[in-house]
Amino acid sequence: MSGRTGEAAGADVAVTACPEGPLLVRGATEVRDASGAVHPVTRPVVALCTCALTQRSPWCDGMHKARARGRKGRATGR
Amino acid sequence: MRVPRERGPLSRAITAALRSGSTAALDELAVRGTPDAPELAENDDVQISLWILYQLHYDGFDGVAAEAEWDPSLIGLRQRMERPLLEELRRACAPYVEKAMAADGDLSARLFELVEQVPGAPLAQHLQRHATRNQFLDFLRQKSVYHLMESDPQSFALPRLRGRAKVALAELQYDEFGAGRPERLHQRLFADALEACEVDACPGEHVEEAAATTLLVVNVMSALALNRALVPAAMGHLAAFEATSSEPSRRIAAGAGRLGLPAAVAAYYDEHVEADAVHEQLAVREICAPLVAADPACEPEVFFGAAAYLHTEASAGHDLLTRWGVAA
Repeated sequence: MSGRTGEAAGADVAVTACPEGPLLVRGATEVRDASGAVHPVTRPVVALCTCALTQRSPWCDGMHKARARGRKGRATGR
Repeated sequence: MRVPRERGPLSRAITAALRSGSTAALDELAVRGTPDAPELAENDDVQISLWILYQLHYDGFDGVAAEAEWDPSLIGLRQRMERPLLEELRRACAPYVEKAMAADGDLSARLFELVEQVPGAPLAQHLQRHATRNQFLDFLRQKSVYHLMESDPQSFALPRLRGRAKVALAELQYDEFGAGRPERLHQRLFADALEACEVDACPGEHVEEAAATTLLVVNVMSALALNRALVPAAMGHLAAFEATSSEPSRRIAAGAGRLGLPAAVAAYYDEHVEADAVHEQLAVREICAPLVAADPACEPEVFFGAAAYLHTEASAGHDLLTRWGVAA
């Protein structure tokens, strides 16, 4: 699969999009990010960032929730 | 591990019964709060007693027969504490459950929203920016009560689930348990962090200094996971736990870096930033949502479990900040 977050390689890759959140990817052995860097996959399921705010690219680190909170005018989270 | 020191008449009686092997006298014990801790949730004696009784389903204790796990008098006493404790929590969580039931959106959206609604303690921010080394180590010792048995309670739910929820919980747990690599077991990563700080990492080592509010968080996990009737609440609890982990873990890892703590400390929290960004999606969308789709009547239970985690975790966090003299 490929997209804004990069390409996932593996024999039988399955992707699930989380609304306003990451892509869950199963079956990938590695992920190539937008800059071309290759990241090995070490988890049974990985979450690829779709909001471009992650500090741990290409992996989701929950920053999409901070953005949603900001949009709703809420104070910082925990 | 050894049986921890008693904190009142209930735990004194339980400790004596475990030592002697004779438990019938426990049947006469009444469970009640004390004038200084009327709520069971805040009561040291009740919380250490529950912790001891639940441990019989995990590692057990040195010198206590494994068969004590199913002793009817010990189980009966545990239920006489568990039931009123859960009722207290239901009363405290009812406003959040009602709000989530009435809100717009699918189950996943409302569950994520409930997580945002229940206030937390600003513990991670304090650890990130201001905590002293002593406060940080105190935090690690308090948290060790859970993290040295991390994810063990939730495993009890596996036989109690079916279909997609069962598979997703197994997927989540597989990651928690190292995805096939013992050195990546999350319990092991936390032990590594403690040992790197020269803090004892034996399970149960720090239970005697654990506040009632710290014990309550783990006791609620055990109560929900060990009762089939409460499995939807156990999964809501798990969802709220996972959904409030990545952001605080980011802050706590930064705090460990600020204080120059050994790399293993930040490594534990860095792992959780990434792992729990996955796990929150699994827990909400692939465990709780299918559970409620299969049985809509369990929706309020899922919300109760989530609110119960957030409420008890906030109490533990506020307690720690108070202990350190930090204004909340």
